[in-house]
Amino acid sequence: MLGRLEKKYDVVVVGGGPAGMGAALGARDSGAGRVLILDREPDPGGILLQCVHSGFGLHYFKEELSGPEYAERFLAKVVDRDVDVVPDSYVSGIAVDSDGSKRVRLMGAAHGIRTIQARSVVLAMGCRERTRGAIRIPGTRPSGVLTAGLAQKLVNMKGVLPGRRVVILGSGDIGLIMARRLTLEGCEVLGVFEIMPYSNGLTRNVVQCLEDFGIPLQLSTTVAYIHGRERVEKVTVAPLGPGFKPEMSKARDIPCDTLLLSIGLIPENELSQSLGIELDRITGGPEVSSTLETSMPGVYACGNVLHVHDLVDFVTNESLLAGRFAGERAQGIRRPADNIHLVPGDNVRYCVPHTLSPEREHTIYMRSKKAMKPCVLRVGNLLEKKLRFVVPAEMIMLKIKPDLLERFQGDSLRIDIHEESGGEEPHG
Amino acid sequence: MRQDPAEYDTRYWRIRGPRGRGRIKGLFGIPSPGYPMYDVAIIGGGVVGCAIARELSRYRLRAVLLERQEEVGFGTSKSNSGIVHAGHHASPDTLKGRLEYRGNVLFDSLHKDLDFGFRRIGELLVAQEEGELPVLERLKRQGEAKGVPGLEMWDRERLRREEPNLSYRLVAALHAPTAGVINPYEFAFALIESAVANGVELKVCCPVEGIEAVGGGLRLRTPQGPVEARFALNCAGIFSDQVAGMLGLKDFSIRPRKGEEYMLDKRLQGLVRHLIFPVPTPASKGTLIIPTFDGTLMVGPTAEDTDDRGDLTTTYEGSDKVFAFIRRICPSITERDTITEFAGLRPVSDTDDFIIGPTRVKGFINVAGIQSPGLTAAPAIAEHVLGILKGERLPLEPRDDFRPRTPGTPHFAALDPEERERLIAEDPRYGRVVCRCELVTEAEVHRAIDHGARTLDGIKFRTRAGMGRCQGGFCTTRCMDILAERLKKPFHEITKRGEGSWIATPMTDDA
Repeated sequence: MLGRLEKKYDVVVVGGGPAGMGAALGARDSGAGRVLILDREPDPGGILLQCVHSGFGLHYFKEELSGPEYAERFLAKVVDRDVDVVPDSYVSGIAVDSDGSKRVRLMGAAHGIRTIQARSVVLAMGCRERTRGAIRIPGTRPSGVLTAGLAQKLVNMKGVLPGRRVVILGSGDIGLIMARRLTLEGCEVLGVFEIMPYSNGLTRNVVQCLEDFGIPLQLSTTVAYIHGRERVEKVTVAPLGPGFKPEMSKARDIPCDTLLLSIGLIPENELSQSLGIELDRITGGPEVSSTLETSMPGVYACGNVLHVHDLVDFVTNESLLAGRFAGERAQGIRRPADNIHLVPGDNVRYCVPHTLSPEREHTIYMRSKKAMKPCVLRVGNLLEKKLRFVVPAEMIMLKIKPDLLERFQGDSLRIDIHEESGGEEPHG
Repeated sequence: MRQDPAEYDTRYWRIRGPRGRGRIKGLFGIPSPGYPMYDVAIIGGGVVGCAIARELSRYRLRAVLLERQEEVGFGTSKSNSGIVHAGHHASPDTLKGRLEYRGNVLFDSLHKDLDFGFRRIGELLVAQEEGELPVLERLKRQGEAKGVPGLEMWDRERLRREEPNLSYRLVAALHAPTAGVINPYEFAFALIESAVANGVELKVCCPVEGIEAVGGGLRLRTPQGPVEARFALNCAGIFSDQVAGMLGLKDFSIRPRKGEEYMLDKRLQGLVRHLIFPVPTPASKGTLIIPTFDGTLMVGPTAEDTDDRGDLTTTYEGSDKVFAFIRRICPSITERDTITEFAGLRPVSDTDDFIIGPTRVKGFINVAGIQSPGLTAAPAIAEHVLGILKGERLPLEPRDDFRPRTPGTPHFAALDPEERERLIAEDPRYGRVVCRCELVTEAEVHRAIDHGARTLDGIKFRTRAGMGRCQGGFCTTRCMDILAERLKKPFHEITKRGEGSWIATPMTDDA
């Protein structure tokens, strides 16, 4: 029920975005009776609420929905399944008792400061955007330099424009989507500049949001200087030379009033860190077992707090799973411990989860370090899969059947991606 | 909006009349042309102007502070290292050297009265080689001669024990326990709030555009109409030579010296516990490690002379310099820890000292060239200026209704659970988190507006909303909503820091 807050729950989910709602449903599916979602915003739904473009739900609802529609459907399902949802509540800490039960400390305008008992906890806090400070663009500090996500909120939720002549640094998906959105609102989007030699957004977004509107995308280029006292007046862009430094001799100025940043997302793990949960240095999210349990027993993680996803449908699948295992644990059901470690090998940046069990089927999510086409994905000597291409911007999803793992002798399973012919290593 | 001068004037007479000071009518022999005559007009609302305003508010005077920006403290006062120096750095032969130590001493009572962010965490001046030890010894003697308490030499072992994260190559340090960190903008806000509560007038968005001597006073031209005063105090910071130039006074010049500072992620909190100074050079006190009052580490500043009085740029060269230097003192700090950076301008005069005193234009008093340690010295500068005014025969009659204390606003994040609970029970808006990175609640944003915030930066510097690791990504629209509601302005009219710094613009109707 929306707004109801009891003292004890089987599963408490921190975050009411797509991951949190998916986890709550998963927990209910597993048979957990009492499930609570805590969300810090006045309305649950997370970042979906500002994503008014369509393209959500193709995998999960088999329909193309806008972000708010996707969120609304999920929230209706969650409430219908008798999950308690308390918006406007901020989780300030989680304590673990000696018997493994958790105490979740929260505060909110409606309930004040409260401590809730939970058998398991699912972390679903999502991520935040990297800011100007993280890449230290030199120049002045005027207004008009903002993250693409904040611009999206201004346009889609507040009905105002962040500016009229816009330069975008970084080719993350939110930046690409905002290039199209602002063009449709009558703004001039003067170009998208990406520091890497490849786009950081989905190919479909590059095509549909930039190419269809004639917006130039310049790779291996950065904004090297911001000008303007009170408001952005222009930016200097420059190609990157040796050592990733801008080559100022080839720099040019672009007059504009706005600089949007779409330079990456960072999982919001401050709460996880305060619990002492082990984080993966590459993903910025917790290290998790195949049940999506973190290094703290009974605490699970899913969605963008675990690793940054491209598609909300993948978040939903992952969260249903995390919720299911969290719910099972709350009812005293234990799964056999994982005994296989996944090791990211050649051209694999990371894999999630970090360990596997031969007990059941697994979905492994991973990203490549660089683009390759065509190529072969190898899982130890168990499996080879041909891929048309890989790019770092698009997550690779791989299902592994239990019978395959039963044949595996050893404790570390290495995943590599090699070019199809004449790869970096001879075929074994 | 602007008050009708005639009406204003009448009020003025009414207020002044019953006090029977007898020097109202025909004051200085000029019949007022319909504008109020102030005793003192302060030009510039930085910490120095605000400290003087607050000091003046103890007396039965008519004083006004004119600030060119939308809020006070938005110039050099907010963009500095936020340090209250112990007082041993500057030579007692200079005015700044004399006022520095006195300023430090005055901070205790000011802090008690005004409740701004301030803590004496102590300073360590570290020597990187044996050759620097004589400098430490000299500064210790200099400080002791001035009366700076508790100065102590720490050997290598003591230094390692107290600050284990500093480089093992450091050979010794001079410890000054009375040095402190301060939120300089909070200090400026608290000073002006107290001054205004005690009767000083504040005019913002009110740059002085010209000054002329009239009768026994000065007439300051501003976009809000002329302001006449018997005394005008030139506290215009980096523009103070230009303000003096309006009266043809050209006896000093200001050349800004830019300092870039880099704020680091909160996870480094506690890496060092003291302010860490290297051995100083003639141009600056060097590049420092500053555990700010709010717990965020900051490194900087650089020191680059510039001719551009608006040059608040940060540069690759600046950041390379800062981090290359800091790594030698504290190897665990890297540029990757930066969450944001900023630059400020020190108003360095050509005498390299504070320029405080009357000029050949009667009533016009310079309070200029207030570079480091200006923040520390500010309370002593105010005292000093009051002395000058007294010498210039401004009668200083203490007000019996002066209220020294202005309660600060609670910072929710800094409170213990019981206090938090009590606040939420009193005002449920304390339970609603607006800025998650710094744990700032809705009630605090409202309080900031009650206390004078008019811009997003005004909210940020009062509450810390938007100062954390997401740099306003999540809270910007919430703060703008509250500002729009409270100031009864459309959302898109809310600015970052005043005119020109717009954040959003309306959508075109035909889109």
